[in-house]
Amino acid sequence: MSTMRSAILRLVLAGVVLAPAPLHAQQVPAVPPLSDYFRPATSTPARPDEQGFIRRWLLLEPISRPNPTNTVFTGSYVRRALDPAGYPGDLGALPRDGQVAAGTEGLRWHALDSTLWDVKLFNFAQALGKPKYGVVFWAVTVVNSPREHRNVRLAVGSNSASMWWVNGEEAASLFDDRRMVMDDVLSDRMVLRAGRNVIRGAVINGPGLSDFCLRFVDETGAPIRDLSIEVQ
Amino acid sequence: MTHSRAIRHILLALSTGLTLTVGGTASAQLAGDVLIHDPSTIVQSDGKWYTFGTRGGGLVSEDGWTWASGPVRPGGGVAPDVIKIGDRYYVAWAVGGGGMSGGHASDVKIMWTRSLDPNSPQFGYHEVGTVVSSNGVENNDAIDPAFLYHDGRLWLSYGTYFGSIRLIELDPATGLRVEGNEPVDIAIDMEATALMHRDGWFYLLGTHGTCCDGPNSTYNIRVGRSRNVLGPYLDNMGVPLLQGGGKLVAAAHGRMIGAGHFGLLDFGGDLQKFSLHYEADMDRSGRSVLAIEPLLWRDGWPVGGSNLRPGTYEIRSERSGNVLQMKVDFVRIPFDARRSWTAPRDAPVRPIADQTLGDVEAGWPDGPVRVELSADMIRPNQRWTITPAADAGGWFGAPYYRIVIAGTDRALATTAAGEVEATARAEEDRQLWRIDQLTDGSYRITPKDGGEGDLALMAIGTSTPTLARFDARSDAGRWRFVEP
Repeated sequence: MSTMRSAILRLVLAGVVLAPAPLHAQQVPAVPPLSDYFRPATSTPARPDEQGFIRRWLLLEPISRPNPTNTVFTGSYVRRALDPAGYPGDLGALPRDGQVAAGTEGLRWHALDSTLWDVKLFNFAQALGKPKYGVVFWAVTVVNSPREHRNVRLAVGSNSASMWWVNGEEAASLFDDRRMVMDDVLSDRMVLRAGRNVIRGAVINGPGLSDFCLRFVDETGAPIRDLSIEVQ
Repeated sequence: MTHSRAIRHILLALSTGLTLTVGGTASAQLAGDVLIHDPSTIVQSDGKWYTFGTRGGGLVSEDGWTWASGPVRPGGGVAPDVIKIGDRYYVAWAVGGGGMSGGHASDVKIMWTRSLDPNSPQFGYHEVGTVVSSNGVENNDAIDPAFLYHDGRLWLSYGTYFGSIRLIELDPATGLRVEGNEPVDIAIDMEATALMHRDGWFYLLGTHGTCCDGPNSTYNIRVGRSRNVLGPYLDNMGVPLLQGGGKLVAAAHGRMIGAGHFGLLDFGGDLQKFSLHYEADMDRSGRSVLAIEPLLWRDGWPVGGSNLRPGTYEIRSERSGNVLQMKVDFVRIPFDARRSWTAPRDAPVRPIADQTLGDVEAGWPDGPVRVELSADMIRPNQRWTITPAADAGGWFGAPYYRIVIAGTDRALATTAAGEVEATARAEEDRQLWRIDQLTDGSYRITPKDGGEGDLALMAIGTSTPTLARFDARSDAGRWRFVEP
């Protein structure tokens, strides 16, 4: 984490900056600070939580994609909007915390741990003073597995539509006007490699809240927890 | 008494040279030779399923759907029952009685064998002897025996309309009557009884009505229950079976008339069925035939279920309430949403047309399309036409079905990777499904080729179906068929 970036993030997490200045302090509350929902990721690998949810992510500040409604998120639309060809960076490399994403107007990656089982994208954007509606969020993380897991499934919920790739292969697609619920869409059976597995996802949202949750489950639906997660 | 007529009718049929072998008909419930009267509880031996009827005739099947004339048990007589305890198949049957030649003197006999397959080296009947009799003048007719083995004890009910239904206890190690045991009266106005135990209740089932009169038979299956195997058995209205009570379990339906002679088939996993005979299959010359139907449980009572009727349905997951759909782009019905609540109250009210297949089909991909679960919107990609697959066989009373997007040839099919898709190009077997009603009235959907791993269509997520091991403890594998 760069020094400047680190300083900015600490202020953001403390809710000191980027929150809109209230016109009438007693009437308009400050937006919840980032620290209500996230902590800075550390260099110590994280574990999935008790339910197996992966909480450590590199989140890119939202890309503007105006949509006054989520009802346009058909499969065809979402595939075009979230085409990996439009990924703002190098698909073969992991972005660094604080890095400005290529091809964007200064949008930065943030290495964060969600304090909740889901990842509150809306609050992430709001706390950073970024657009909350009509946006695309990209998320990346690395899951290290001590052994190969066969016949596992990626289990995702998102608000609104989203697409997810594991080691470059499309694993799950959630179309239409979605609400976020755990285990909404499960991938086909897949192999989680021994060692490093890169998970990449994109969530598109028009109006309303936006968040996602993600975990791996085995054939019985039980969460896979013997994983370590890092974003470096 | 009507039972004697049944026997006389069968004897007449045999003596006049009528064949007992007929092919399956399109509307008949089972295929092959299903002609039988008073079928015994269906049991499995050496990989095949057997039932025996009056006069020693039997049927055999490998899948519970296609039946053939099977091995004949020795001993003749009427209305046997079979139960497997340990490595023995006990057979109970009656000789005499039934009003034949006006008599009600009868003996219930027991024999056993280690296999029902005459080709097995374990096959060989050993007669135990007579375990109970009626003397011809008492108000009892010792025919129609039925076993119950529960908690290490073996019970046998028997009797017919001539007096009472009675219960005795047998020694499960020998098949002999327990020393000192005396018959107990447990019901009247019944014949062809059967016993079950579930959740602390003993259930006595029997047949009411008139048998053996073809399409005019009023036979129907009734039940009462008791906490004690010796009774008293009461029906749902509290009427003792000893005073003629009995809650309906199964009766005539469709072209099947005169339901009688219940036999439990418990497959585990909340899947139970029962065998019975119908006095008259109207598609088989009004002959008496074997049938197998789903058994449901409601409020502690057994209820006859039903196979899914062919038709067009939405398939709703009990897990999420979402319905199965082909995963294609949602197509909006043209509508100004504001008019839902802002149009003037006096604006003309008129119907809006349903979205049709023609409105959307052109936008669907040509090849296989995966399926998913989504909110029920009564849309063309959510409507499935379900029909029995002609000449494709079936499993225990239900044919294999094809499940096709209505108006198309896109059939629900399994993939090599164990997922599910809609496709017009799948091999035939990948498009065939069992649809079995579970004890709660929902349905289990099983691929024809999914037997080994006990696979079924399972909702593993709110929106994701797949093929996975069925789990009766969960709603994930339970489905409802909803008319659009």
